[in-house]
Amino acid sequence: MVATGALGAVGVAAVAWPFINNLNPAADTLALASIEVNVKPIEVGQAITVKWRGKPVFIRHRTEKDIKEAEAVPMSELPDPQTDDSRVTDTAKKVRREWLIMIGVCTHLGCVPLGNLPGQDKGPYGGWYCPCHGSAYDTSGRIRKGPAPLNLVIPQYLFLSDSLVRIG
Amino acid sequence: MASSHGTPPVFNNKVIAWIDYRLPIFSYIEKEYHTFPTPRNFNYFWNFGAIATVMLVLMIATGVVLATNYTPHVLMAFDSVERIDRDVPQGWLIRDLHMNGASFFFIAVYVHIFRGMYYGSYKAPRELLWILGVVIFLLMMATAFMGYVLPWGQMSFWGATVITSLFSAIPVVGDSIVTWLWGGFSIGNPTLNRFYALHYLLPFIIVAVVALHVVALHVHGSNNPTGIDPKGPQDTVPFHPYYTMKDGFGVVVFLIVYSLVVFFGPDMLGDAANYIPADPLVTPTHIVPEWYFLPFYAILRAVPDKLGGVIAMFGAIAVLFVLPWLDTSRVRSSTYRPIYKWCMLLLVVDVVVLGFCGANPPAGFWIPLSQAATLYYFIHFLILLPVLGKIERPLPMPPSIADAVLKKKAG
Repeated sequence: MVATGALGAVGVAAVAWPFINNLNPAADTLALASIEVNVKPIEVGQAITVKWRGKPVFIRHRTEKDIKEAEAVPMSELPDPQTDDSRVTDTAKKVRREWLIMIGVCTHLGCVPLGNLPGQDKGPYGGWYCPCHGSAYDTSGRIRKGPAPLNLVIPQYLFLSDSLVRIG
Repeated sequence: MASSHGTPPVFNNKVIAWIDYRLPIFSYIEKEYHTFPTPRNFNYFWNFGAIATVMLVLMIATGVVLATNYTPHVLMAFDSVERIDRDVPQGWLIRDLHMNGASFFFIAVYVHIFRGMYYGSYKAPRELLWILGVVIFLLMMATAFMGYVLPWGQMSFWGATVITSLFSAIPVVGDSIVTWLWGGFSIGNPTLNRFYALHYLLPFIIVAVVALHVVALHVHGSNNPTGIDPKGPQDTVPFHPYYTMKDGFGVVVFLIVYSLVVFFGPDMLGDAANYIPADPLVTPTHIVPEWYFLPFYAILRAVPDKLGGVIAMFGAIAVLFVLPWLDTSRVRSSTYRPIYKWCMLLLVVDVVVLGFCGANPPAGFWIPLSQAATLYYFIHFLILLPVLGKIERPLPMPPSIADAVLKKKAG
């Protein structure tokens, strides 16, 4: 009886799995290629938004003031402690403090934070501000205030030259 | 062909008798909707079950017609809805009926839920009846949410993003679950396709649960404004014609109000931002769900912690499942509960306040207000309900429904 039941349970699970897994991303969705972005036209203090895997990616050319502010924050003040340097390092381990590249999706519930376009509300910490539920990020994209639990996510990226970056 | 409750009816029509002998649907209708003994003292709050049923049928009818012209693809969905509005014969009417029908379905169901809570309809022996109702409410919320995504406007897209991202709050597996829900790395075509399939499926599951809800209702019959069980024929009237007429009247009045909105303010309850096609790179400055979700949205935002907010929001609905056991009072109707009556009305005010909190940006005094209102919501269910049942002294109750009705008439 037990053996029959166990075998039956395995059978049900084996049949259920294709139905469940069917809802996962398909091969063509997974095969989304990386993108290359020319960052040369972005002036100091400017930021652009590019689309990668259906999501916005923020590329900000930070000012000296932005960088100083980000580096001056003590780790004890951060809900998700990360040094500024660790957030501006590409996959070749090269640190470029002037370029901050992040997925522009609030880690709370997925809205696109404001602050990337001129005139938008950058929030109390001079970085980004999510209008949906009030999360505020600093000039390193780290969460400082509000319901979001984590810093804005840094995608894998590599500077192929000083002006060309590959994301993904 | 009429007969008293309990003895099988005799049908004079030979065809009906022939069918009924083999499949007793006419006996069933006779027993459950004609002679069914129903408390004689219903007030108009008791109309809303029938009204909700009418709205469910109307939503399915309009939905099936809309489906014949809708295209579930990210590049075509928005335009196909605009085409229904502008080019398809009477498409504007069917769409406005469906769109506003959702709102009026929720209005009916919220009044129905309030009725159940105020008059203690969830108490023994109607606990399962109540739980089935909460299941219907949850299924409605899922169906309405997925339906709102289909026009693929800005609010569709970003509402879907926010709500599906709720699941990313689950530790460890959260992100995998969200990817699984989306079928990709963001809300996209796979998401729209599956939401359409489920939006078409769930209403029929609702119909099935409504059928169970009605079966459970007809075991012990309806509660009534006094909360006292009928003690004999003097306390009841046959369901037909008394309550078929009263329900029919209520349905007509409700449909008049509904029609006023459909014909004179079809976009009154909606958000203008949903007439902008979905843009994955731009979040609207102010994301709001449809009005019927606002109180729960306010609870989500009131807690300054991601997982905490999600738990509070789902908890606000989960608490309804255990309502029959949280309430320790043996008196059903709030009419005879001098303190609880006011708590119940305060809960209504509280939920309305939460609604306004949810509609406004999370800044300034809205934050402490939504936190206070959220706190009161849970205090009502988790503290007031269990404690009041022990300490409150109920008012003297009439010996029977007939006594209550006749005394009221005389006085």
